[in-house]
Amino acid sequence: MAIISFSQVSKRYPGGFEALKAVSFAVESGEMLFLTGHSGAGKTTLLKLIAAIERANGGTVLVNGQNVSAIRPAAIPYLRRNLGLVFQGQKLLHDRSVFDNVMLPLIVTGQPYREAARRARAALDKVGLLRLEKANPVTLSGGEQQRLCVARAVVNRPAIVLADEPTASRDAAYADEIMEMFSAFNQVGVTVLVATHDRQLIGKWRKRVLTLDHGKLQ
Amino acid sequence: MRAWLQHHRLSLVQTLARLARSPFATTLNVVAIGVALALPLGAYCVLGNLERVSGRVSVDPQLSIFLARDAAKADIAAVEARLKGAQGVRAVRFVSRDAALAELGRSAGMDEAIAGLRHNPLPDAFVVALSSSDTALADRLEREFRSLPKVDRVLADAAWVRRLDALLRLGQTAVVVLSVLLGLSLVAVTFNTIRLQILTQRDEIELCRLIGATHAYIRRPFFYLGSLLGLLGGLAALAIVLAALAVLNRDWVQLALLYGSTLRLRFPDSSEMLTALAFSVALGWLGAYLSVSRHLLSSHTDL
Repeated sequence: MAIISFSQVSKRYPGGFEALKAVSFAVESGEMLFLTGHSGAGKTTLLKLIAAIERANGGTVLVNGQNVSAIRPAAIPYLRRNLGLVFQGQKLLHDRSVFDNVMLPLIVTGQPYREAARRARAALDKVGLLRLEKANPVTLSGGEQQRLCVARAVVNRPAIVLADEPTASRDAAYADEIMEMFSAFNQVGVTVLVATHDRQLIGKWRKRVLTLDHGKLQ
Repeated sequence: MRAWLQHHRLSLVQTLARLARSPFATTLNVVAIGVALALPLGAYCVLGNLERVSGRVSVDPQLSIFLARDAAKADIAAVEARLKGAQGVRAVRFVSRDAALAELGRSAGMDEAIAGLRHNPLPDAFVVALSSSDTALADRLEREFRSLPKVDRVLADAAWVRRLDALLRLGQTAVVVLSVLLGLSLVAVTFNTIRLQILTQRDEIELCRLIGATHAYIRRPFFYLGSLLGLLGGLAALAIVLAALAVLNRDWVQLALLYGSTLRLRFPDSSEMLTALAFSVALGWLGAYLSVSRHLLSSHTDL
């Protein structure tokens, strides 16, 4: 069953720039795939449409059976709770510890504190950062910060993980590390969509690839 | 449900911690709100006290008719008959010059002065109560009685009371206007404070929205912040007003003594104080609501 499906989706930004033109595809539940294309091809826009950060101008976006292109604003938080987002800009909060950063999605969704703390530690353990739980994210290395972002994205056990350039500007060792983690989540049934322009990475992992070129799917 | 309560507690604790972390800014905010609220609250208290004073004085319209010093008993009876016969008169009371002197002697500090008098300087008088507080009636009767033989002067006793009443009503209107204006300033102060707080927490708010926080979740800590600022500002306002009343009371007591009165300025009672606090909390909340809503509507989340 398709967990994400786009049909004839287009997105035009105010000012007239057409980021996506009649894009159609479907992602099966439990699939792991790459989204690639040159810079400005529309990768980030496509991810934004899935998370209801932007709204499509035409076509239909279905996520988990829900029509995201016509979603009520009040329903958006509940859609996002089913998504694990790894942002290009990381968005770690530097006024709190590694542990509190991972706790945030659980607090936001109203998990009881004790259960949330247990799950946050489990997620940190999975990405190998449990020993650093009291540290401030600033003191972490680039690779560790990226792993922290992954832990925060998956701590709520989302059905879908969306990652925007998770390996950008990291060396190859970090990139493999991150991809191993995504692969491990995918193995337990999580759908993973990774946007990247790193052709080497795509070549190594042999997954389905969606290629965008000037807003059109190849 | 438990998690929801936990978040309320967490929001409150975080808000308190945030206020405590910047004691200087918090104090200034609280003082600004306190002073803004203290003005209408203080004016209300002073007006309440004046009303109490004016309430002790009869607002029933009455005329005092002073007779000429050479009025004989027959003249007095004639005047009394005319007074009782006039339209719009409810009651007529005769105050003889001896009774008036005796009454004056009972007032504080006057007995010595009276003892020094060789003869009674006071005239005989009538006190006429009117049937209605209509000014036109009082004016008509005042003219009519003044033209009676052996009547020296007619005084409309209610005039100054009516003037005071009108002044008090004006004062009340002024308090309402002042309250509205300064209430608006309270909303503006909290609006701005919350806006600054939102700006410093902008990243956190944006992230929370991206990971599925509802608007209610994002608003909650700011509601606490606004309400707390309102509460602290309200307490500051009460402290200012109570201190000012205490100081004023010292001077007032001396003034009142000069007038032979033991009247004290009354402090606001507990229900008035609670109402004032509830108002300032509500206004603080409103400022926070407007500020956060504006931010949530205008800001755009981004990946």
